[in-house]
Amino acid sequence: MNLNELTIKQAHDGLKKGDFTSVELTNACLARIKKRNKKINAFISVFESEALEEAKKADEMIATDRQQELTGIPFAVKDAINTLDRRSTGGGKILDNYISPYEATVIKKIRNQGAVLIGKSNCDAFGHGASNENSMYGPVCNPHDEKRVSGGSSGGSAASVADNQCIFAIGEDTGGSIRQPASFCGIVGLRPSYGRNSRYGIMPMASSLDTVGPLTKTVEDCAIVQKIIEGKDEKDATTVETQNLASSKKKLRVGVPKEYFEVEGMDEEVKKIIEEKIETLKKQKIEIFPVSLPMTKYAIPVYYIVVPSEDSSNMGRLDGVRYGVQAKHKTLYDLYAKSRAEGFPEEVKRRIMIGTYALSAGYYDAYYKKAQKVRTLIIQDFNKIFEQVDLLITPTSPFPAFKVGEKKDDILAMYLADVLVAPAAVAGIPAISVPAGETKKGLPVGLQIIGSRLQEDKILRLANLI
Amino acid sequence: MKLTPQEIEDIAKLARLELTSKEKKKYAEELSVVLDYIEMLNEVDTDGVEETSQVTGLEDVVREDEVNECSEETKKKIIDQFPEKMGKLLKVKAVFDK
Repeated sequence: MNLNELTIKQAHDGLKKGDFTSVELTNACLARIKKRNKKINAFISVFESEALEEAKKADEMIATDRQQELTGIPFAVKDAINTLDRRSTGGGKILDNYISPYEATVIKKIRNQGAVLIGKSNCDAFGHGASNENSMYGPVCNPHDEKRVSGGSSGGSAASVADNQCIFAIGEDTGGSIRQPASFCGIVGLRPSYGRNSRYGIMPMASSLDTVGPLTKTVEDCAIVQKIIEGKDEKDATTVETQNLASSKKKLRVGVPKEYFEVEGMDEEVKKIIEEKIETLKKQKIEIFPVSLPMTKYAIPVYYIVVPSEDSSNMGRLDGVRYGVQAKHKTLYDLYAKSRAEGFPEEVKRRIMIGTYALSAGYYDAYYKKAQKVRTLIIQDFNKIFEQVDLLITPTSPFPAFKVGEKKDDILAMYLADVLVAPAAVAGIPAISVPAGETKKGLPVGLQIIGSRLQEDKILRLANLI
Repeated sequence: MKLTPQEIEDIAKLARLELTSKEKKKYAEELSVVLDYIEMLNEVDTDGVEETSQVTGLEDVVREDEVNECSEETKKKIIDQFPEKMGKLLKVKAVFDK
């Protein structure tokens, strides 16, 4: 086995025993990136010399008995997350030259352990997309079939882990951007409860939904990273102190919501793989109950009002005035309008305009307020179900990875790719995607486990059985 | 809901986005499709339902309003990235006409 193929746990143990050094482990990942990045395009920036410096320091930590769980482990960070003194473009040309002068809290926590930041992974610009085709640095290809998309928006993070170009990665999930690419690429991805992990330093898209979480090769690795990055942060007022991830052994009651299996475009093979997994769980004495979440279909329309509205406001900071790329201009208006025209891809412009429209005088009540009310009903739908069961099992995506270009011009079809991941996001509750199998063509299929607020421990317990 | 290229032009102006006339036409069509889809929410009876604007249940998260000085080094990193500057000052176009 090559070093870059190891999990966090395996790499940690190998470093501890002295089987290899962090420099060797980092070099193995760098070699893999060099070989594959032209094809897969998972990285926007690779920090070769800096990573090797960090690896050397990690080796010193290990040699002097200061090893922590992530010491010396190479990892990738979605480019829409700020990393100190490293280029952070967010996938958009408006920040092509931006070197972050500060670090996101979750990244600080990881790097304080001596983990090695190997590079910044490609993503749909500022998190806008479900296929990674909205990156201004080119789409990310799926390591399982290079003609297909990685999913998005944390597509580079998912592909880099799946292709063993790093040991783990950090991504963001606003409407499904960790879980959906994890599902397409055949790895594990956790969207934490809103407020569990600090978003300080994350380039914001929709502030009432944005979360940040791990993408890993195993559920065990996912728990390791989650435990390190969570907790209250005075720089993100939505964060809460959390209970330890270690959990009770109480029997789990699991619901299977029928609406998630009946959405338009549901692939029969995907459905079958998930249903077979559910049968296997029954044999492991997990109690399974059919349940119903009638509000499911309204999550996407709610999402595409709430997100663009908050988004149009958040994107306002990217105007070419204080940092980033400033377009040639004659007037102040031109400075804004041209910098934004040149620096944003189409999808960012679309969402800014939908949001500007939905929030404008005369439409606010009809769109934003209405959506926020339906959002309440979606939350109540979940609350009711979680009085009966601990967790829900669903497919992560109605279909496996689609072809590059297949949905690019069909805006609505692309939006609907998030139909099964958006409800948990709108409700602010945690959900994970774990690999459940492969289609006949060899494309990974992800199984989603949704839990109630702050019940990540239960989610991870069940995920371990998949 | 059908948006016209003129309406798109007005929205884009508010949002500070320069668009070509081809783009205005394209976005008018695309945004109309999205708005039509969103109309689906009108099926839902929301009489008497409270709006959700946050999901944490937290209330009144406050902190002291203190100035945290950042280091000279950090200041320099920020200033160095100003697209246009005069010394340590950010240079911008005049906001008001003379």
